[in-house]
Amino acid sequence: MQNTDKKYNRLEQSLIAFFEKKKADLSANCSPKIVLSRQQAFDEFQRTGLPTSTDENWKNTRIEKLYNESFQPDNPPTGYEKSASEIFQCEIHGFDAHVISMLNGWYYCPEGMQLQTLKDGLVVGSIIAAQKQYPELFDRYFDEIAQNRKHGLTAVSRALFRDGVFIYVPDGVEVKKALQLIKIVNRDEKMMVNSRNLIILGKNSKLSLLHCDDSINHNPGFINTFTEVQLGENASIELYKLQNINNETALLNSTFIRQERNSRSKVNVVTLNGGLIRNELNVDLLGEGADADLNGIYLMDNEQHIDNQVFVNHAVPNCTSSELFKGVLDEKATGVFNGNIFVARDAQNTNAFQRNNNILLSPTAKIDTRPFLEIYADDVKCSHGATVGQLDEEALFYLKQRGIPRQDAYLLLMYAFTAEVTGKIAINALRSNIEDMIKKRLRGELAICEKCVLHCNHPVIPLEFEIDMSRV
Amino acid sequence: MLLNIKNLHVSINGKEILKGLNLGVNKGEVHAIMGPNGTGKSTLAAAITGREGYEITKGEIIYKGKNIKDLSPDVRANEGIFLSFQYPVEIPGVSMTNFMRTALNAQREYRKLPPMPAAGFLKKMEEKKQLVEIHARMTNRSVNEGFSGGEKKKNEIFQMAMLEPQLAILDETDSGLDIDALQVVAKGVNALRSPDNGFVVITHYQRLLEYIVPDFVHVMYDGRIVKSGGKGLAFELEEKGYDWIKKTA
Repeated sequence: MQNTDKKYNRLEQSLIAFFEKKKADLSANCSPKIVLSRQQAFDEFQRTGLPTSTDENWKNTRIEKLYNESFQPDNPPTGYEKSASEIFQCEIHGFDAHVISMLNGWYYCPEGMQLQTLKDGLVVGSIIAAQKQYPELFDRYFDEIAQNRKHGLTAVSRALFRDGVFIYVPDGVEVKKALQLIKIVNRDEKMMVNSRNLIILGKNSKLSLLHCDDSINHNPGFINTFTEVQLGENASIELYKLQNINNETALLNSTFIRQERNSRSKVNVVTLNGGLIRNELNVDLLGEGADADLNGIYLMDNEQHIDNQVFVNHAVPNCTSSELFKGVLDEKATGVFNGNIFVARDAQNTNAFQRNNNILLSPTAKIDTRPFLEIYADDVKCSHGATVGQLDEEALFYLKQRGIPRQDAYLLLMYAFTAEVTGKIAINALRSNIEDMIKKRLRGELAICEKCVLHCNHPVIPLEFEIDMSRV
Repeated sequence: MLLNIKNLHVSINGKEILKGLNLGVNKGEVHAIMGPNGTGKSTLAAAITGREGYEITKGEIIYKGKNIKDLSPDVRANEGIFLSFQYPVEIPGVSMTNFMRTALNAQREYRKLPPMPAAGFLKKMEEKKQLVEIHARMTNRSVNEGFSGGEKKKNEIFQMAMLEPQLAILDETDSGLDIDALQVVAKGVNALRSPDNGFVVITHYQRLLEYIVPDFVHVMYDGRIVKSGGKGLAFELEEKGYDWIKKTA
């Protein structure tokens, strides 16, 4: 149906104008496949417009409140002046990782380093640089992994992305050192940053990736990221996402993972702060023996909003999946959890688990949780469940009766609640870093850019009480 | 006097449960509180420890010379009041070690003492674990999670040993225990008895009192203490049953 009379909102108008004006510029250096993909995505976007909370999959996420803001969709590249560590320091530190970064939607590196092969065989760099170097990989995987569950905003990132990260782990390469991607947003205007990433793991390969969305300034923004992940036969990825952004910024992370035979994905999304954050995790289990272990933790307050959309497609027999998302919402924070397990007719011997637990600390906090199973095979083992509750009064009294003050008892219980998820983080140094951040967040001490050299003028809230949660 | 309860009236949701209870406990004494179910024994424990929802409508609880009515449960605990719970709570995600260290250091902080160094803390844990025959694996697990009934009760006594309270209230610590566990629990309690602390042992059965020998036995009925005596009263009760009390009350 042609919507010639479609009325576009302010953001839609500026995105359309931007694409039409910059079409040639966007397509410079891009292969015909990418040029075509941009055009198709743009057409799709013009047809559907941006999603709103009246769409079933966006119910209770008032994304449209962003649409009358004036976001600047064009972000000229910043020349490389300082090393990334001079601009920012990510919260997660002291753990041994190879660091790459994006600045305002552009791959940020010294001249000539747009694409590098590291010692251990890992290829990392800018997606634009990579598509020239690896046309056959782009033919095979670019735009091929994300098939369903796309929408107006994924169309925008696909049409308008300036740059993004390309990661390629060749067959048989097991990357020992973790890779850390730090996304920096630092401009004086309100920006919409559209980027897209392509991550390819060859057969029998292995990678740990930490994706940090925590280095942004205090301006409102809209970060829209589209990521495709290919896991070849017996490949294994650990993907950690850390989200700690200001209360005026919206973040959409749309991640599509395609898994071949015996591949394993382990995802842990840690959301500590942000105005509106939506994580879309779509996993297609296309080869027998594939396993997806998807976890998330969210700690929201103020008027923050978190939306986790998890979709696992069991397309073939003998695959396993697990979804565990837990969250604490305080004050007027709101949240959505939408968990879907789809088991195709032939996908016998599927084992799928899903759980979402929430703690609401105030009567004005809200969560809308919808665990959902759609099963067409008959020999499967699936379970799902969701809870919404308060902290256990019995447990609180028990702790207080041992002399632990009320506020510390609260903290201890909330921290314990999150431990089930953080306990699954396999890299010890990363886990203790994240656990420390969660403690700080629960104490109200975590400044958004606490460690950031650029924006550290925000005072750290003084420590009001001490709780001994160290390991003995 | 360590604890002096005078004419205590306590209501839950407007329903009066304790109806003028009097009890005095001196340092060095063990008082047993017996009585049929539903006479307010656990309500007494809840009122002393400051549990929410238990409203003192009349009378007072004087502990170490002060009315504790307005003190929060944690402050009462820090002042040395300990409750061995009838139903210890499971707290997934909080390890026993972490829990105990947090509690101990909270109490030390209240008393203006520096936190206990890790080595000293671990040594103390080991010592007290042996006292109640707790196996090492128990302290590495989450608080009470997956513990058997007996383990949970032993764990309460272990915590008591760690925190060294001045007033310990044992609420039906014997319920659900086999004779071996009962002996271990009693041994733990007896080891902690001293001229400086007092115990209130709430029990339905006389059995526990064979192992923890009380100085005084009180019988509760319908929200009051209706009879008090020496340890012989417990045996008398065992023989005659609670109907005897009900008739005389």
